[in-house]
Amino acid sequence: MSRPVSYNVKIKKLENDISMAEMPPGHQGDGFFATSLDKVIGLARKNSIWPLPFATSCCGIEFMATMGAHYDLARFGSERVGFSPRQCDLLMVMGTIAKKMGPVVKQVYLQMAEPRWVIAVGACASSGGIFDTYSVLQGIDQVVPVDVYVPGCPPRPEAIIDGVMRIQDLVGKESLRRRNGDQYKALLESYGIQ
Amino acid sequence: MSALTNEYIKNKLTEKFGDQVTGFEEPYGMLTFESPKEANLKVLNFLYDDDTLKFRFLTDLTAVHYPNNTGKELAVVYHLHNIEDNVRIRFKVFTAINKPDVYTATGLFSSANWMERETYDFYGINFVGHPNLKRILNVDEMDYFPMRKEFPLEDQTRIDKDDEMFGRGGTVGFGTEKTTHGTITEEHKGNVGEEIV
Amino acid sequence: MSEHHIKLPEGSIEKTTTTLNLGPTHPATHGVMQNILELDGERIVSTEQTIGYIHRAFEKIAERRPLYQITPLTDRLNYCSSPINNMGWHLTCEKLLGVQTPKRVDYLRIIIMELARISDHLICNSIVGVDSGAYTGFLYVMQYRELIYEIYEEVCGSRLTTNIGRIGGFERNFNDIAFQKLEKFLNEYPRVLKEFENLFTRNRIFMERTIGAGAISGERALNYGFTGPNLRAAGVDYDVRVHSPYSSYEDFQFDIPVGTTGDCYDRFLVRNQEMWQSLSIIEQAYRKVQEFKGAEAEIYHADVPEYYLPEKKDVYTKMEALIWHFKIIMGEIDMPAGEVYHSVEGANGELGFYMISDGGRAPYRLHFRRPCFIYYQAYEELTKGAMLSDAIIVMSSLNLIAGEMDA
Repeated sequence: MSRPVSYNVKIKKLENDISMAEMPPGHQGDGFFATSLDKVIGLARKNSIWPLPFATSCCGIEFMATMGAHYDLARFGSERVGFSPRQCDLLMVMGTIAKKMGPVVKQVYLQMAEPRWVIAVGACASSGGIFDTYSVLQGIDQVVPVDVYVPGCPPRPEAIIDGVMRIQDLVGKESLRRRNGDQYKALLESYGIQ
Repeated sequence: MSALTNEYIKNKLTEKFGDQVTGFEEPYGMLTFESPKEANLKVLNFLYDDDTLKFRFLTDLTAVHYPNNTGKELAVVYHLHNIEDNVRIRFKVFTAINKPDVYTATGLFSSANWMERETYDFYGINFVGHPNLKRILNVDEMDYFPMRKEFPLEDQTRIDKDDEMFGRGGTVGFGTEKTTHGTITEEHKGNVGEEIV
Repeated sequence: MSEHHIKLPEGSIEKTTTTLNLGPTHPATHGVMQNILELDGERIVSTEQTIGYIHRAFEKIAERRPLYQITPLTDRLNYCSSPINNMGWHLTCEKLLGVQTPKRVDYLRIIIMELARISDHLICNSIVGVDSGAYTGFLYVMQYRELIYEIYEEVCGSRLTTNIGRIGGFERNFNDIAFQKLEKFLNEYPRVLKEFENLFTRNRIFMERTIGAGAISGERALNYGFTGPNLRAAGVDYDVRVHSPYSSYEDFQFDIPVGTTGDCYDRFLVRNQEMWQSLSIIEQAYRKVQEFKGAEAEIYHADVPEYYLPEKKDVYTKMEALIWHFKIIMGEIDMPAGEVYHSVEGANGELGFYMISDGGRAPYRLHFRRPCFIYYQAYEELTKGAMLSDAIIVMSSLNLIAGEMDA
């Protein structure tokens, strides 16, 4: 005896917008959606950034609070923080970088695979902060190219999340050919990176 | 309540070492004295072994630079603590800056190991007999001792900082400086004051 | 089955050790410190530590700053419990200046310091959990650290690097919202701490990871200069709050938990118990603060006109307040000459401040006696012959904060 088959005949109307991301502009038809490749790739990349937390000091504790349940960075796709540079997209430098640590930051940056972004969280990483001394690197942009700077000492978790959202904007709008272009190569040359 | 008062400690030290321990003071209740640098281990050992004094905990080891005391520019300061009777004591040893050799206390206190490395890193005091005397906090290639008074705080090799905005250095102070001789340039900065006219 | 069924000629297999770099960037090192391990298989033969990756030259900076501008520097020493560093520095300055703070100020300071101690021990214990693979405890307790941060925000405005208090007391009185948040914390937190304990204390996996790892005896610990929970886990009951009470700690009733073997499990338990003791101290202090009524309940600072900024309404109306305001802001106050050493019980141990003043505006020499720096030397002895996973657990149970180590 076969089971009676039932179909859902009571279709509920969608009240709230449950979309996870904005649909990029494109052409939609019956069973297909056409848009340009970089928009799709940008959409996918920006919602699944894997950060590498390079936490050195006080800003690292605010990052721990950002990853906690209250300010949850995992909602933005950064659920998996990795510590291996080869698997990560975003280098989050949080805290003071001393001159002894500068080569380490550069080495970690070199080990990351393209496309890679860098966010400097906190005053010390952006410009040396309150430590204008002989032993502190006055900003990590002396050694690596930085995309977003988040000021604060330490920045509130909301500010760190705002920085990550600015990175998401950059990632979503980046052209696919940027990393092979001349301007990017010139930028890396100025830092001594081949 | 123990009878380990500052008077008692001072008497025991003077009866053992005579005039080698000098400079007894009690700033804010802590007995402070000094001795010549050759006797530092003898004093530390005496304070450790004696059954009534029992200063068996090295709280802190650091140094101070007095550039104006010729012959005694660098002072190594030991803070010792008798935990059972709760008495603290400060012991200073002075050394000249051109030959800053002091015997190491690592044989007695293992905690002196890194504290002496830090003191060497900042002041250049050579601890004779230390197992591993090299820089600990600064970069290994550094060739000067930064905490000495003659060295500046900021990194002098920076070219991106605009000192004019902070009112120090640069060729101008708060605006274009003009004196009766005309605009001040770098070579004149030393002999004329920074006057805003 | 015989294990030597293959006969190998003598000396053909050279036994060498592997060098493993537990580098400055490693998820297990909280903050930046480097450990170069010599491994024989899985056993550690020797270690060599390199620190200084976050050396910020605090002591040199402090020679250029007047006393109240050094407080933000002290924040960044042990940044997990920065109010304790701030209060310790203010107590040192008050010792130099000969200032006596009123009781209400002392009790409020104790509330803030014990909250900071809870905050630091929470991080340490939950990170020991994370390093042994248990992430859940960390997520549970981070939520309650947010409550502590909210209390700091009500009093001083910032969450982490608080710069809380002034020489002589606080910058503003605790308002009703702060006390409400404190009550909420006192009501909700014990249940969470109990839950956290249930997750770890009798958890067989955790016990097998931590018991026996990194044990140290009391005498060796004293020789290495250990203080704080690490020393108390080794069996020596030395606590600066009891030995040389500061800020009216003698008015409070609390126990000092002491361990036996000094291994990671004992350190975890000692920190847990200290959190319970801190909770009881906060409750006692809160009740004592509520007993002050009327005009006494408005006292939140001692009378130190040279270092305490007067209120704006006084600056606009009274002459002396205007003069003091000008002198303080322009940095024209000279401090008395002298040398003073004062220590407080930080979350990691005895945090000492040694200041030599020559009668000028900034200290002639300021030295921080940092507990982390001193007890990290013992790491080699703690991990001799241990396995690699023990090395990670020992490092995180010692609660090494890089900011405090390198200063």
